Amino acid sequence: MSAGLLLVQTLDGVQLGLLLFLIAAGLTLVFGVMDVVNLAHGVQYMLGAYAAVACAGWTGSFWAALPLAAAASLALGAVLQRLVFRRLVGAGHLDQVLATFGLILLAEEGVRMVFGPAPLSLAMPPALAGTVPLFGGLRYPVYRLAVVAAALAVAALLWLAIEHTRTGMRLRAGASNAPILAALGVDVGRLFALVLAAGAMLAGFAGAIAAPIVAIEPGMGGSVLILAFVVVVLGGPGSARGAFLAALLVGLTDTLGRGLLDAALRVALDPSAARMAGPALASMLIYLLMAAVLAFRPAGLLPARGRR
Amino acid sequence: MKRWLTAAILAVAALSGPAWAADPAQPAAPVKIGLLVTLSGPGAVLGQQVRNGFMLALQQRDGKLGGRTADVVVADDELKPDVGVSRARRLVEGDKVAFVVGPIFSNILGAIFRPVTQGGAILISPNAGSSVYAGKQCSADFFVTSYENTQIHAVLGAYAQSKGYKRAFLMAPNYQAGKDAVAGFRSRFKGEVVAEDYVPLTTIDFQSELARIADLKPDVIFTFMPGGLGVALVKQFHQSGLAATIPFLSAFTADESTLPAEQDAAIGLYGGMTWAPNMDNPANKRFVADYLAAYHAVPGSYAMQGYDAAQLIDSALSKVGAEDGDRTKLRAALHAADFASPRGPFRFNTNGYPIQDFYVTKVAKRPDGLYETEIAEKVASQEADGFAQECPLH
Repeated sequence: MSAGLLLVQTLDGVQLGLLLFLIAAGLTLVFGVMDVVNLAHGVQYMLGAYAAVACAGWTGSFWAALPLAAAASLALGAVLQRLVFRRLVGAGHLDQVLATFGLILLAEEGVRMVFGPAPLSLAMPPALAGTVPLFGGLRYPVYRLAVVAAALAVAALLWLAIEHTRTGMRLRAGASNAPILAALGVDVGRLFALVLAAGAMLAGFAGAIAAPIVAIEPGMGGSVLILAFVVVVLGGPGSARGAFLAALLVGLTDTLGRGLLDAALRVALDPSAARMAGPALASMLIYLLMAAVLAFRPAGLLPARGRR
Repeated sequence: MKRWLTAAILAVAALSGPAWAADPAQPAAPVKIGLLVTLSGPGAVLGQQVRNGFMLALQQRDGKLGGRTADVVVADDELKPDVGVSRARRLVEGDKVAFVVGPIFSNILGAIFRPVTQGGAILISPNAGSSVYAGKQCSADFFVTSYENTQIHAVLGAYAQSKGYKRAFLMAPNYQAGKDAVAGFRSRFKGEVVAEDYVPLTTIDFQSELARIADLKPDVIFTFMPGGLGVALVKQFHQSGLAATIPFLSAFTADESTLPAEQDAAIGLYGGMTWAPNMDNPANKRFVADYLAAYHAVPGSYAMQGYDAAQLIDSALSKVGAEDGDRTKLRAALHAADFASPRGPFRFNTNGYPIQDFYVTKVAKRPDGLYETEIAEKVASQEADGFAQECPLH
C-alpha cells in the first residue's frame, strides 16, 4: 500500500468518524443524562437527508437547504420529545426500545409513502464539486474536505457549549448523577427536552451534509445507528468527549482496516483464503475493537465523571 | 327486514341487468391472475416497475387478456420468504388464480416455486431466474420472461474479454448473489483479476475501495451493486474523478430503477441487458411511449419483463380460447410465446427460460431530460442458458 493511498484512507476515516460523531453526540447525551435508549435516532439522520432534498428542490439552493434541514430536524426533535420521549423517561429499557422501534417503522414507511421507495440524490454545490490532487497521482474530492471542516466546526461549537456554558455544566452534571442534579432544583425534564432536540438537529445536519455523497433511501438510518451505538458504548455513555474520540477510532478502523487487512492477509495467507477471510474479518473489526476496549475499560474510553 | 332489503337489491339488479349482460356473445369467464411482487422495503422500486409494466399491457387491451376480463389480485411478498409462501398459498388456494406472476427476488422464488406449481397454477417469473429451476428441477408450469441470473454477468465478462482488457477489478456485496455475479463474470473473462473485493451489504462509503482502484489502476471495473449501494457507488465513483479514465461495467447498478437518483454521475457507464428503452422496433416504441405517458418515468428492464408476462398470458389465452382447462394445450400455447416482445426475437427453451439476444448498454441523457440505458453493442445472439440440457423436459 502506497503512502498516498494511506493518506486518502486516513482522510476517509476521519471524515466518516466526524459524521458518526455528529450522529452519536445526541445519542450519547440522551442515553447518559436520561438513560433513554433511542433507537429512532438513525431516523433523524435519514429525515435530515430527505429534508435537505426537499428544501433544495424548493429553494433551488444547497446552501439554503442546509440550515433549513437543520431547523426542520430541530423542530421534529422537539415535537417527538413532547409526544413520545417525555413519556419514556424512567420507563424500562424494553418499553423504550419498543416505542422507538415503532417510530422507526412509522418514519420509514411514511417517507416511503411521500418520497417513494426509490433512492434519491442531492446534487452537490458546484463550488465544491471538483477534486484536489494529492501526491502519488491520487485525487481527493473537495466536498469531502468540506464535510470534515463543517463537522469539525460543529464539534468545536458543541465543545464550547458543553464545557463553557451554564447549560453545558448542568448537562455534564446530569450525565454524572441526574437524581442529585434534580434534587438541587434543576429542571431535568427541560434539560432533557433541550438535549433531545439539539441531538436531533445534529443528526439531521449530519444527514444533510452526507446527502450529496450517499444514497438517500428510507433504510439509510439503520446502518449508521448501529455504528453510532458502538461509538456511544466505546466512548462511555453521556460523554461527548468520549464520543468524539470513539467516533474517530471507529471511522479510522473501518476504512483503514478494510484496506490494511487485505494487504496483511495477502502476505500471511494464499490469495483465495485471503479473499475469503478479508471481507469477513473487515466487517468484524469494529466489534473486535469494541470488545477489546470494553475488556480493559468497561465504562468506555472517557466515561462521564462519577460513572467510572 | 333483511329479506326485504335483499329482495329490493335483487329487483334493482334485475332491472339494471341488461346494462352489464348486454353482450351475450362474450360469455367467457374472467381469468384470475395473482401478481406477487415486492412492494415494500428497498426492493419495492423493482416490484412497482413489474406491476406497472403488467398493468400497462392490460390497459392496452382494455383490461382483457386473450379476450377475457382479467381479474388481477396484487400481493406484496415484503421480500420475506415466509410471507411470500403464505401470500402464494392464499392466491392459489383461496383466490383460485390460474396464473401467478412473480416474484422479483430469487430467494422468494425458491420459497413459492412448489406451493404455486404443485397448487395447480402456472408460475411466470418477471425477474427472478435462478439456475436451480433451469436445470434438473425445471417444471412445465414455470416460465421466465427475464433471463437466467448468471447470464448478465457472463455477458459483461465476454464483453471485457472481447475488448482486450487485461486487468480487471471486481467488486460485489458480500452475499450469495454478489459471489454469483463475480463467478459469472469470471466464467468468460480470461484476463488477470487484480482484486476481488467483497463489501458489506450495509456499506455507505466506497471511498476505501475507490482509493484501492486509483492505486491499482485496472483496465476495467466490473461490479454488481443493486439499489442504494449502486447509487452511492456511482455518485462517489463520479466524484472521485476516476470515471474519465477507467471503464465501468456493471450489472443492475446503473439502470432505470436507480438512474433518477444517479443522474449525470451515471452517464457513460456500461451495463448488460437483453433490452434497452431506445431499441428500434414498433413493439418497443409503443411500450416505452405508453409507459412514459402513464407513469412519467422511463421503464426499466423490470417493467419490460412484467409487460411481457402479461403479453405471454394474453397470447396463450387467445390460442386456447375456452379450453384453458386443458393443461397440455395451455402449456403448449404458453411455450409458443407468440407475441411481439419489446426486446425483439424471443422464444422459450425446453426449460421455460428464454433464448434471446444480449447487449451491452450505456447510460445516456434523453432530450427530455430523463435518463436511460441505450444499446451500445450486441454481445450474444439467441443465447440459451447453460443449464437447459440438464432439464428432463422436452
